[in-house]
Amino acid sequence: MHKKKFNPWPYLLIAPALITIFAVVFFPVLNAVLMSFQSYDLRRPSQIRFTGLANYAAAMHDSLFWQALLKTAIWVVVGVGFQFVFGFMLALLLNRKFWGRGVVRSISLIPWVTPGVLIGLMWRWIFDGNYGVLNDLLMRLGLIHDKIPFLAQQSTAFPSVILTIIWQGIPFFALMLLAGLQGIPEELYDAANVDGANAFQRFFLITVPSLKNTIFVTTLLRIIWVANSVDVIFNMTEGGPAYSTQTLSVYVFNKGNTLNLGYASTMAILLALALALVAVPYLKMLFKAQEESK
Amino acid sequence: MTNRQRSHKRRFPRTARFLRALPGHILLAAMLIFLLFPFYWTFVTSIKPQRELYGSTVTYWPSKPTFESYSKLFSEYNFIKPMLNSLLVASVTTVVSLTVSLLAAYAFSRYRFKGRKFFMTMFLTNNMFPTVLLLIPLFAIMRRVGILYTPSALILSYTTFTIPFSVWLLNGYLDDLPMSLEEAAMVDGANRAQAFLKIILPMLIPCVVATGAYVFMTAWNEYTFAVMFTNESNRTIPVALKNFIGQLGVEWGMLTAGGIITIIPVCIMFFFAQKRLVEGLTAGAVKG
Repeated sequence: MHKKKFNPWPYLLIAPALITIFAVVFFPVLNAVLMSFQSYDLRRPSQIRFTGLANYAAAMHDSLFWQALLKTAIWVVVGVGFQFVFGFMLALLLNRKFWGRGVVRSISLIPWVTPGVLIGLMWRWIFDGNYGVLNDLLMRLGLIHDKIPFLAQQSTAFPSVILTIIWQGIPFFALMLLAGLQGIPEELYDAANVDGANAFQRFFLITVPSLKNTIFVTTLLRIIWVANSVDVIFNMTEGGPAYSTQTLSVYVFNKGNTLNLGYASTMAILLALALALVAVPYLKMLFKAQEESK
Repeated sequence: MTNRQRSHKRRFPRTARFLRALPGHILLAAMLIFLLFPFYWTFVTSIKPQRELYGSTVTYWPSKPTFESYSKLFSEYNFIKPMLNSLLVASVTTVVSLTVSLLAAYAFSRYRFKGRKFFMTMFLTNNMFPTVLLLIPLFAIMRRVGILYTPSALILSYTTFTIPFSVWLLNGYLDDLPMSLEEAAMVDGANRAQAFLKIILPMLIPCVVATGAYVFMTAWNEYTFAVMFTNESNRTIPVALKNFIGQLGVEWGMLTAGGIITIIPVCIMFFFAQKRLVEGLTAGAVKG
């Protein structure tokens, strides 16, 4: 046994990544915290100064902030919920053996690799009130008689953008869950068949428990991505009409565009805290589940 | 063939099996139509003549298909410029992210050192910072440093999410390669670096390529940073697409043609990389 010497190599190897992350993530986050305590408006540079908790107090009294927070919650719960359900369905359907399965799998992935801007704009064109194909389809089917300006009226705009984000997220869930499904040993199902389990029992007693970790990680990732997503909504409605599609991320982005960086930072920090509130218990559960399975 | 499949075959002749699978096939077809129709519609829009685009009736296939929008895209709108800008930004982001992430992932996977767990958690939680939280201070910082409206601003801001994600993925792949491989080489007199370059790296190449494809795609597709950190001369494709929405309305022909051109390269990359990528992502899911 030789004496353990200090080995600098691992530290040198992680240094480049660490330094970059410090420069582009931790330092900016620190900056954001500082900015949130200032009246930091680039349109009024002479008035930049510390104002304590004024921005936070303003947010608490900003009805648009609360509305955006509520919209974010709906956006995430409904959006990710349906992505998960349809994604799971697609994964199960793709897990069967049929001719052309490889090709079908690949092409059902395309929405996932499509830029958010393009997704927003494609669906904006589909939802269009004058030339939109959705109106045309619904009218041909006799479901509606007059064209609906989906994205231009408050009652339909938010459901429309949610439908779009659901569409975007289905392939990701399908792909990840499909990989998980293929890792479940066939013998488990054979044994269940011998015991006379029906399809529902097989699904809830074998499939779901086997995929527990995959489900945990994929839903958490999606929750974070969807909560932070700006591009889809911004390119469909910019948060309108009358702020009816303005989630917190979009609100921050809009405020940032008006160069009121102090207030925008404040709301971004509140968004991060809200996300942490969801993510931390979630991660704790995941770690606990893993400890148990060891 | 497993026993289960064999007994399956005996009990259900061909047609009966097909009928049994039919509801599933119909459901799958319905989902595929939902997932793919927007792309069909985008393509059809891109080859419609201007008059048909804004006509009184909606047509599902143009009476006179034309590639006018595509040629106009490159002649009048100089779409090649944002394409080159995107290519530059995405390529440099990929190379930079892969290099620094590979080093870090190797350290996490092959060394046990003080603070290892702390640093790993740090990279993991990094994924959780909202884009908009970084966007605003980065905008102010880049402005101060004087690199706002240059490709470097975009490349640096993209590393905020590509590095943590790549470290996570590559670490998962590396953990799957047994240490004994390098140890054997080192017994034969190779040093650590040689063992890595000669033994590990060749085996890791498909995984590095898959990770690179993911990084490239996210950089190629990114909009939120791009719209704030670029100007006329260095704007990337997503920003250029958005710019077809003008004061006087939207030029849907141009926009959809540009959209089709944008997704072709990433689709091709992904068909090749998807298998490894999913393996890496799910390996991470199992290990946490």
